[in-house]
Amino acid sequence: MRISLKIWRQDGPATKGRMVDYKLDEVSEDSSFLEMLDLLNEHLLEQGEEPVAFDSDCREGICGQCGVVINGEAHGPERTTTCQLHMRSFRDGDEIVIEPWRADAFPVIKDLCVDRGALDRIIAAGGYISANTGSAPDAHATPVPKENADRAFMAAECIGCGACVAACPNASGMLFMGAKVTHLGELPQGQPERDARVVRMTEQHDHEGFGGCTNLGECTRACPKGIPLNVISQMNRDLLRTGFTA
Amino acid sequence: MTDTLIAGLYREGEPIADTKAPGGDISTKWSTRQFEAALVNPANRRKLSVIIVGTGLAGAAAAATMGEAGYRVKSFCYQDSPRRAHSIAAQGGINAAKNYKGDGDSTHRLFYDTVKGGDYRSRETNVYRLAEVSAAIIDQCVAQGVPFAREYGGLLDNRSFGGVQVSRTFYARGQTGQQLLIGAYQALERQIGAGSVEMFARHEMMELIVVDDGSGPRARGIVARDLVTGEIETHLADAVVLASGGYGNVFFLSTNAMGSNTTAIWRAHRKGAYFGNPCYTQIHPTCIPQSGEHQSKLTLMSESLRNDGRIWVPKKAEDCEKDPRDIPEEDRDYYLERIYPGFGNLVPRDIASRQAKNMCDEGRGVGPEVDGYRRGVYLDFAEAIERLGEDAVRSKYGNLFDMYERITGENPYQVPMRIYPAVHYTMGGLWVDYDLQSTIPGLFVTGEANFSDHGANRLGASALMQGLADGYFVLPNTIRDYLAKGPFGPLDESNPQVREAQDSVRDRIHRIMNMNGTRSVDSYHKALGKIMWEKCGMERTEEGLREAVEQIRALRADFWTNVRVLGTAEGLNQSLEKAGRVADFLELGELMCIDALHRRESCGGHFRAESQTEDGEALRHDDEFAYVAAWEWGGEGQPPVLHKEDLVYQFIELKQRSYK
Repeated sequence: MRISLKIWRQDGPATKGRMVDYKLDEVSEDSSFLEMLDLLNEHLLEQGEEPVAFDSDCREGICGQCGVVINGEAHGPERTTTCQLHMRSFRDGDEIVIEPWRADAFPVIKDLCVDRGALDRIIAAGGYISANTGSAPDAHATPVPKENADRAFMAAECIGCGACVAACPNASGMLFMGAKVTHLGELPQGQPERDARVVRMTEQHDHEGFGGCTNLGECTRACPKGIPLNVISQMNRDLLRTGFTA
Repeated sequence: MTDTLIAGLYREGEPIADTKAPGGDISTKWSTRQFEAALVNPANRRKLSVIIVGTGLAGAAAAATMGEAGYRVKSFCYQDSPRRAHSIAAQGGINAAKNYKGDGDSTHRLFYDTVKGGDYRSRETNVYRLAEVSAAIIDQCVAQGVPFAREYGGLLDNRSFGGVQVSRTFYARGQTGQQLLIGAYQALERQIGAGSVEMFARHEMMELIVVDDGSGPRARGIVARDLVTGEIETHLADAVVLASGGYGNVFFLSTNAMGSNTTAIWRAHRKGAYFGNPCYTQIHPTCIPQSGEHQSKLTLMSESLRNDGRIWVPKKAEDCEKDPRDIPEEDRDYYLERIYPGFGNLVPRDIASRQAKNMCDEGRGVGPEVDGYRRGVYLDFAEAIERLGEDAVRSKYGNLFDMYERITGENPYQVPMRIYPAVHYTMGGLWVDYDLQSTIPGLFVTGEANFSDHGANRLGASALMQGLADGYFVLPNTIRDYLAKGPFGPLDESNPQVREAQDSVRDRIHRIMNMNGTRSVDSYHKALGKIMWEKCGMERTEEGLREAVEQIRALRADFWTNVRVLGTAEGLNQSLEKAGRVADFLELGELMCIDALHRRESCGGHFRAESQTEDGEALRHDDEFAYVAAWEWGGEGQPPVLHKEDLVYQFIELKQRSYK
């Protein structure tokens, strides 16, 4: 395949970025989107131009480290991670525009790499169950109804890639947060800290500069794991129950 | 130490022994050790500091547990968040001797299966302890909210996994590693929030700091590079824990994450930590086959698929290009069921892998030709779909089927999947004693980074178990015995041994950045990977390994004159990161080949062509090789030194494995 690329290049957090055009021939349609970028980088290196920086690690759709905006869509045209997007999703001769995640809470580090540390800080604020090591009761001591277990699992599938934030016009992190609140809130183990959790995570979310949710649903459309919008409703219900007003 | 070189490649030194495991019956050793290990009172813990490198199951669990116990912990990972560590990609499950199914499981049986599965090349004491704490791991994870699969009554479900005949595997659909890691990550974030753990993401350990203040050498810290700013930082502590994972990426194509590397353990090896069984590589039988030269990694399909999928190839080579659905039942060779009727498709990983390779070598492989060779066998769900219905199969394996379709563009509900073995897990790693301490005092090694628990092979669902066992239960108990003698005296950056470590890192980076060669880092990595896979992969010969050593030496020499890294060292530079890692792989690869060369027996995933039974099965030589090969760094340009730790089987009888 022959592909034209427009890629966001930015030397560092403090410098101005710009779009740069590249052309690639002989892209295999079986290669992944990131393997296409690997190929571009080999060519750039041969020409003495610094390779494009982008994040990826597991390249099998689970670690959540990859993620770019492709033709205006987070992770591109398919509902999957960037590493699992394959070039067969494009046509010979296509022009592809590649940008980093766009959100104030995700500052650009270089080219297509952004800093998503804010998501970790939201988890650190309360996205856990406090269970010190070695003091747990037998795993069968607390049965969990299958429906709750399944719903908890569904929410726990979130990989923390940040596509929801990048896709949202308000750069809201509510889908990410709702997924965690739902995962832990569906389980009996998660009940004692349920109220404190949602309040503390919400405070941290707002503090990090994420926007509010206006129920547009772009987040769930972009989510590679299909986390549904109703985790946000569950989070809002929990929040209302505590009487919290931000 | 031998004066002359053995095989022209290495010297032999004094034998080595694990001296920390207490005597007595195997079932009381761990409780005895826990009792005998010195305690540190809570008020003193905050005076003690620990560095933990890596945030996978072993590292995150250890950091969370040590932080919660009150020590001052610094945690490092090269990824942008600790939640990305490659433990997250493990699909199948985690074993535990809970006997929830009442099918005859016990601590002793899990111990027995693991030692046997490891082809009698793991250490009895460590494996027994692993089996012993396994049940507590499940309790801990459930308490954290890990959403394991459950039955309608609300209790946990189990399934069985390759190589065993009981259902002891706990799982969370095909994402068990992710869910366990998120549990450990959340426990870690809780400590970060509480201030007991300081997190350094996007940081890479570049060097180990070993300081001898007159009382002998001790690990006292690391030199790390901030991957965003490029700054070289020094972090000092009373002890260092390496939980940095495996080195399967030495093969370039593997199931590991792109960033998985050997640098942390290799740097420690060069500073005096012995490297145990470097050539023990696990080849996983169920990966998606390579489709072409562009490929950057291989993707594993959970081996739980072997519970319901039937593996076959066409009986006739001329059928290999046909649509598999057009090949009638009588023309299919369900070769695992044929050769191993007792275990069928659930034979251990090494056997399933080697037989798949045999079928392809015979010319009965399926799928696209890469370099004139079809690398694939069918994993067929047609019968399971007929027996259970498509919905039931979807609910069990749906996400795996989706992943397969995304990568190959084929629908596995309609056409059989194609699979082929791939490098998956390295059983070798730094040598550790029963306390998980390396040969450098104060340097502890956990999870895949150490060598102790898996022997020459690894059963399914045992790696997650080891990572969490080490991180939550073993290390926090053993390291306190060492820390109780601390704090180990003040130390700052002006210490000459600290400065030497910093200078060596700066020099190395300077050298790489100023080479101005013509060849990319990736091209060296691919060339190394090809040598390793062809000559130190599933099947090895003396001749091939000798060639490999020569080729690697030549490649390494070329790397250090001709590699090209652009940009600067001051800031994010991914080519520079890769260059440092590949430089270390180029040294490790040679040691792996030397280790493979000296071990003239077949065991586990390692099949030595010169050592096989009449019907082509792997032939072990317990009389000669029932030992751990612990390699000491011989110095720059010097041959390595082999130290042998005899493996003593007191509680399990050594037997040839047979799954027929």
